[in-house]
Amino acid sequence: MKSLDLKNFSRIAPLLAASAALLIPSALIAQQEKPWEKIPVPKLHEFKPQEPKRIELKNGIVIFLQEDHELPFISGSVLIPGGSRDEDPAKAGLIGLYGQTWRTSGTAKMDGDHLDDLLEAKAAHIETGGDDDSTALQWDSLKGDDDQVFSLALDLLLHPKFNPEKLQLAQQQEATGIVRRNDDESEIADRESAKLVYGANSPYTRQPEIATIGAVTVDDLKAWHDKSIGGKLIVGVNGDFDPVAMEAKLRAAFEALPPAKPAPPRHDVFSTPTPGLSFINKEDVNQSNVQIVGLGIDRHNPDVPKLVVLDEILGGGFASRLFQKVRTELGLAYSVGGGFTLPYDHPGEFRVDLLTKSASTVDATKAALHEIASLNTQPFTQEELDRAKDNLLSSFLFRYDTREKVLAERERLEFYGYPADYLETYKADLEKVTLSDLTATAKKYIHPEKLALLVVGNGPEIKPSLDELNLGPAQPIDITIPMPRMQPGQGGPAEKNQ
Amino acid sequence: MHSRVFCWSRYGNRYRALALLAVALAFANAKAQDLKSFEQRITTKVLPNGLTLIVCERHDAPVFSYSTFVDAGDVNDPSGESGLAHMFEHLAFKGTSQIGTNDYADEKVALAKVEAANDAYEAEYLKAVGRDEKKVDELKKAFLAAQEEAHKYVVPNQFTDVAERNGAEGLNAETGLDNTMFFWSMPENRLELWAWMESSRLSDTVPREFYKERDVVVEERRMRTDSNPIGRLVEQFLATAYVAHNYGRSGIGWPSEVGQITATEAMDFHKKYYIGSNIVVSVVGDVKASEAMPVLEKYFSKVPGGPKPEEMTTVEPKQFAEKTVVIREQTQPFYLEGYHRPDYRDPDDEVYDAISDIMSNGRVSRLYRSLVRDQQIAAEAQGFSPFPGDKYPGLFAFYAVPLPGHTPAEMRDAIHREIDKLKTSDVSDDELTMFKTRTRADLLRGLADNQGLANDLAEYQSRHGDWRELFLQLDKVDKVTKADIRRVANKVFVASNRTSAEIDTEAPAAAAKKDGGAE
Repeated sequence: MKSLDLKNFSRIAPLLAASAALLIPSALIAQQEKPWEKIPVPKLHEFKPQEPKRIELKNGIVIFLQEDHELPFISGSVLIPGGSRDEDPAKAGLIGLYGQTWRTSGTAKMDGDHLDDLLEAKAAHIETGGDDDSTALQWDSLKGDDDQVFSLALDLLLHPKFNPEKLQLAQQQEATGIVRRNDDESEIADRESAKLVYGANSPYTRQPEIATIGAVTVDDLKAWHDKSIGGKLIVGVNGDFDPVAMEAKLRAAFEALPPAKPAPPRHDVFSTPTPGLSFINKEDVNQSNVQIVGLGIDRHNPDVPKLVVLDEILGGGFASRLFQKVRTELGLAYSVGGGFTLPYDHPGEFRVDLLTKSASTVDATKAALHEIASLNTQPFTQEELDRAKDNLLSSFLFRYDTREKVLAERERLEFYGYPADYLETYKADLEKVTLSDLTATAKKYIHPEKLALLVVGNGPEIKPSLDELNLGPAQPIDITIPMPRMQPGQGGPAEKNQ
Repeated sequence: MHSRVFCWSRYGNRYRALALLAVALAFANAKAQDLKSFEQRITTKVLPNGLTLIVCERHDAPVFSYSTFVDAGDVNDPSGESGLAHMFEHLAFKGTSQIGTNDYADEKVALAKVEAANDAYEAEYLKAVGRDEKKVDELKKAFLAAQEEAHKYVVPNQFTDVAERNGAEGLNAETGLDNTMFFWSMPENRLELWAWMESSRLSDTVPREFYKERDVVVEERRMRTDSNPIGRLVEQFLATAYVAHNYGRSGIGWPSEVGQITATEAMDFHKKYYIGSNIVVSVVGDVKASEAMPVLEKYFSKVPGGPKPEEMTTVEPKQFAEKTVVIREQTQPFYLEGYHRPDYRDPDDEVYDAISDIMSNGRVSRLYRSLVRDQQIAAEAQGFSPFPGDKYPGLFAFYAVPLPGHTPAEMRDAIHREIDKLKTSDVSDDELTMFKTRTRADLLRGLADNQGLANDLAEYQSRHGDWRELFLQLDKVDKVTKADIRRVANKVFVASNRTSAEIDTEAPAAAAKKDGGAE
């Protein structure tokens, strides 16, 4: 596998090429050898990742079995469609509460505390949780305990008994997170910049408040559970098991469930953010967190492989334009990078972020904006293209170098309805990306005039001021946390729940 | 509100005892088998320069992970140079005389001029009396010009670029107080390329772009410490808990010190600590020891030899006064406390592990059940040890995150009540067995990951002189008794051995009068 093309390796970073070429005689450049090019790279050992066995039941439920006999453990999961983007906005935070309370409550046969005792004594786990588009139940144990642990997990899946005391506990913990959400600068920056992209009330960004989590009742959790459990479940099991026995066990557990209901279509509306500059003042920091954001695309889009190569050039690794300029050349940031997030079923974000000392906020932001704009003005070089493709392709193997990763990928593709050979097609498409593809893709997707900027930082320390960015007056964002009915010394939302 | 009923106790306890017995049986031979199976897969070799190589074969996928463990960290930073070990770690990504440069002969001359210009600039700038501002300006300009001149010979980020183009995954490094680790994973056919790269950067580091990188590290400090409430608290906590030992010093460096480290100082650190006897390199993955070892030997023999650097001899004096740090600011309340404990070689090391497991691990832990579930005063509460390092005597620390409306003082009192229980009554059989079972299972689970195993093998080889200790420690875990736990709790968890730190939330109006900025 001779995918490397180091012959065209430029001695000078592309950004410096023009000026450096004038200063250094070319004969001098040729002197330095590249010993690493002489080191042989033998053919890679033959490798065919082990695909899990896929079983589709009559009711639509899909099971994946992935054998792995290296260690004496078995783990499994049930992935359930529906997540926080589907919750009632007046009860924002429901999924977070559900994810905790489901497990801590337990079942009629065994409550959550007793489950804890029993499982921990076996170094086994059963956990539940929620995300923006799904919830999940997972278990793992020594293989000898799997029968028992699986039957407990199944009982929890099919017969949870939501306990008001455990809901209250979850609400208190959630409330702790809410009152603390403005303590950390990065948390503020990530949250508020996502709101600039999707809107503050979007299903993807609306945030739980003390009032909305307080509005959630045990009946809400039950209703959510009963509804979501009827969707198309994806069951995955990994580890040291006998495949025939495991298949029989899972069929017995899931075949009797009613036919899975398809997920209702979504009708989300996405629009590009309002361009301009926003600012959040935080006077206990000495570093600004700068977010430059826009609306992106989802992974179905056929331009994704081209965009991924473009991303690699902009903000992917050590050699990316952003890293080279802002960190290596200017020394203005430890953390700098960015690109397109590419969700599987809705438009993602374009996001470039950096952290820099208050006084260099303007310089570092200008440099980052310049690098974004350069995607449309500074022609891509063959060197950049080769490097980006090498970076992406030579490490591609690490997407499936363990059986667990192969299983997780197959579950993900199944969940979002992508073909099982998606990774192969995607890799082939990455290989085909050309220079003209990059130019066209940048033209189509990089629109500096449509980007929104957010700076979180210490206002009085930011000199020169943000006015120097020439993006108009900075719009302040109010991040005050609404605190209804909270009394000092009282336990937060608990009272609402009684 | 706090009522909890253990309704299953009668049949439950019996049932649980049976379950525990079954687990104990399942594990009985686990250690012996694993050690045996790993002895067959692991080859070690000590090179003439003192460097230890470990190769562990695992042929699942055509990849390998490596870990380079250097037995030097920020605890070894000389006085006035806090943050030096970490600064050097950044330098190790900047290349060598062969990679990262277009003409090393001329670059070397230019770098010497940078150093001279920095010395001149610093000498004037740091003058306590009679500093000539005009001269400072001129010398600063000369310093910047010298850097620009040296930059002409730089091929920026070429070291990491070659690694990434060859499939390096998870490329990174970590500098702790005790040690420095470099690591990544790669396709197996790049083993020789990696061996060339890694041995080169260990033996042939060039202080390239040092002063730009210093700015980057200062930004890292702003991110991790200055602009983060917990980062600020922990730095003050450690500085208070220690009066003599370097565990009390900012690991990333005090601003005035890390901001003035020179390339010469970083290279001196390298010369002293980056020698064979101070380094273990482990490789785990799809490699054959019989083929790989000669390749590794060829390259890693380049690392300079020499006797192991002398250990730091400062011993933290016994604490006799309880100490407290209070930070008043507009962030939410937090409570942290710590007690001095011995280092990792102490015979009671596993007893401390038992205490932290029983107090903190999961929803069955004492602190969760007491502070979170039953009293409902905290969102989270844990004990952990050792902190901030294990090579020298560290701390056994506890922290709790109060629920809204609850105070650090309540956290402190509740934690102390749980500590008192450890001192006055034995832990249960179930708790002790659970600790032993979980420790074994966690060890086994950790073996699945190439990178994790590479890190563990290198660390145990360096710390204990034998990677087998990774498995043999289970014997010591098995021997921990209830009496040990009580004895250690009574010895260590005493008020005069305690330092606590808390954030008290200040109202916005009061804060407005205060001067901002941490530098």
